[in-house]
Amino acid sequence: MKGRAEDGATRRFATPWALRQPAPCAMAAWQGKQGARGRINQGMSAIVQFENVGLRYGLDSETLSDVSFSLHGGGFYFLTGASGAGKTSLLKLLYLAQRPSRGVIRLFGEDVVTLPRKRLPGFRRRIGVVFQDFRLVSHLSAYDNIALPLRVAGMAESEIDASVSEMLNWVGLGDRGQARPATLSGGEQQRVAIARAVIARPEILVADEPTGNVDADMARRLLTLFEALNRLGTTIVVATHDLPLIGQVQGAQMMRLDKGRLSDPTGALRYPPRPQGVAVS
Amino acid sequence: MTGADRRAAAAARHRLLPEGRVAGPMPWVIAIMMFLTVLAAASGLGLAAAVQSVGADLAGRATIQIVEANADRREELSGAAARLLRKSPDVRAVRPVDPATLADQIRPWLGQDAADGDLPIPALIDVELTPGATAAKVQRLNRVLAALSPRIRVEPHAAFLRPLGSLLTALGSLAAGIVLLMALATAAIVVLAARAAHDSHRGTIDVLHLMGATDVQIARLFQRRIGLDALFGGLLGFVTALLVIILLGTRLAATGSDLLAAISLPWTSWLILALLPIGGVLLSTLAARWTVLRSLGRLL
Repeated sequence: MKGRAEDGATRRFATPWALRQPAPCAMAAWQGKQGARGRINQGMSAIVQFENVGLRYGLDSETLSDVSFSLHGGGFYFLTGASGAGKTSLLKLLYLAQRPSRGVIRLFGEDVVTLPRKRLPGFRRRIGVVFQDFRLVSHLSAYDNIALPLRVAGMAESEIDASVSEMLNWVGLGDRGQARPATLSGGEQQRVAIARAVIARPEILVADEPTGNVDADMARRLLTLFEALNRLGTTIVVATHDLPLIGQVQGAQMMRLDKGRLSDPTGALRYPPRPQGVAVS
Repeated sequence: MTGADRRAAAAARHRLLPEGRVAGPMPWVIAIMMFLTVLAAASGLGLAAAVQSVGADLAGRATIQIVEANADRREELSGAAARLLRKSPDVRAVRPVDPATLADQIRPWLGQDAADGDLPIPALIDVELTPGATAAKVQRLNRVLAALSPRIRVEPHAAFLRPLGSLLTALGSLAAGIVLLMALATAAIVVLAARAAHDSHRGTIDVLHLMGATDVQIARLFQRRIGLDALFGGLLGFVTALLVIILLGTRLAATGSDLLAAISLPWTSWLILALLPIGGVLLSTLAARWTVLRSLGRLL
């Protein structure tokens, strides 16, 4: 699949959570940068490359075996598979929570397997993660949770305030900024987690089973949110076992994990590229 | 970054680690450690000052004893020795001890008879030497006075106060050792507290870590908080110890003893004591930083 950011630079991003108002200045600036990056990424080579990656925990058998694929900037990718197939493990490798036991992983053109530890934070800041269990910091308000990546990046509080307020409005939680996670519903927590994942303008958004704990309507709305982000140039990787959900995103690529091995139903993710005339297994 | 920005950032950092600064036991433990450290340091410094003071007082002094049973001859030798001493360039002052004063001093132990002159008591002359090279001067005086009479002895004061000086020095060294042990114990407590804080905030740390926070950024959160705890505890312990030292000082002065009065704290000692809480805060901050960085180093 080609990157879907070509319209991201020109389209204004309507708030997906019922707030149908023009995007304010902070969001407009965000869109501009994302759109520009999306266009650049589209012309570039893959921003994620896995080559014969294997992952083993301790002395157990491999959780992931010979995983090879590449993701292009601005793409929308689904990762599917049964429970225990290795989806979360693969995502952990992608958002640099884990190093593989073997193989090569290139992010943004650099081999992150051999990268010195002190350089990893710079790469992590380019990746937003929506965890399956949200991992909101329980003693912080929704506002402070969303502000975390910006504070990590060392942004001034005055700028943070504008960005976070915009983001809260964007996810429809403008009046819930001071609420603690425990007082938010599952859907609200999920939106806080998404807002936190995207506020620092990541190039890749990784979401692990984002619809696992929500009803069908909420799942559809989340997907709308991801599509909106994708239109702005963010590469989206969503792990899910909700197959009907995948069909709702036009042009999305799908990877399927089966007992730690990756199959590529569409054939476009294969890395190195599949020779012409060879059928996809 | 403006002042308001900095204040807001500091407040946000404070919210990240939610427990109140004085809620845990660490500030109180550090207060106790600092209290004991300041007391031990003050003892060591006071004793060092006493050793110096007593040493300086006694190093240039000697007592000349004329051990002659015949009272007339003793008086004659005492006068001749005093004249000789006054002529000596090594001697700054000569003070023959009045026999009546001597008799008064020995009366409580030897009774009235000794004071009446039935018991031969040596004649004594207090000598204050000119500064420097005390041992050589004592040797020269010994030679000159021995030529006058073999019954004249020179007793340098430093010789019989040396054991006391050694005792005070040993006590001072002990106090310094206690200060060192206290510093080590404080560092150990901080390491344990930092580890506990790190474990209890593991979830927050993991999230920050995956958002791209560097080890130093995360360590700063802990070192700042532990530094503030140490500052609170250190100041509390220091002020309490200061009150105790001042109270003890007034009690020592009230004894009227020259020896005890020598245990005093010059301004340099007060300065060293004032540096202890600052050192405590620095030590705690560094120990916390080291501990957290070490723990984070085990993560990817």
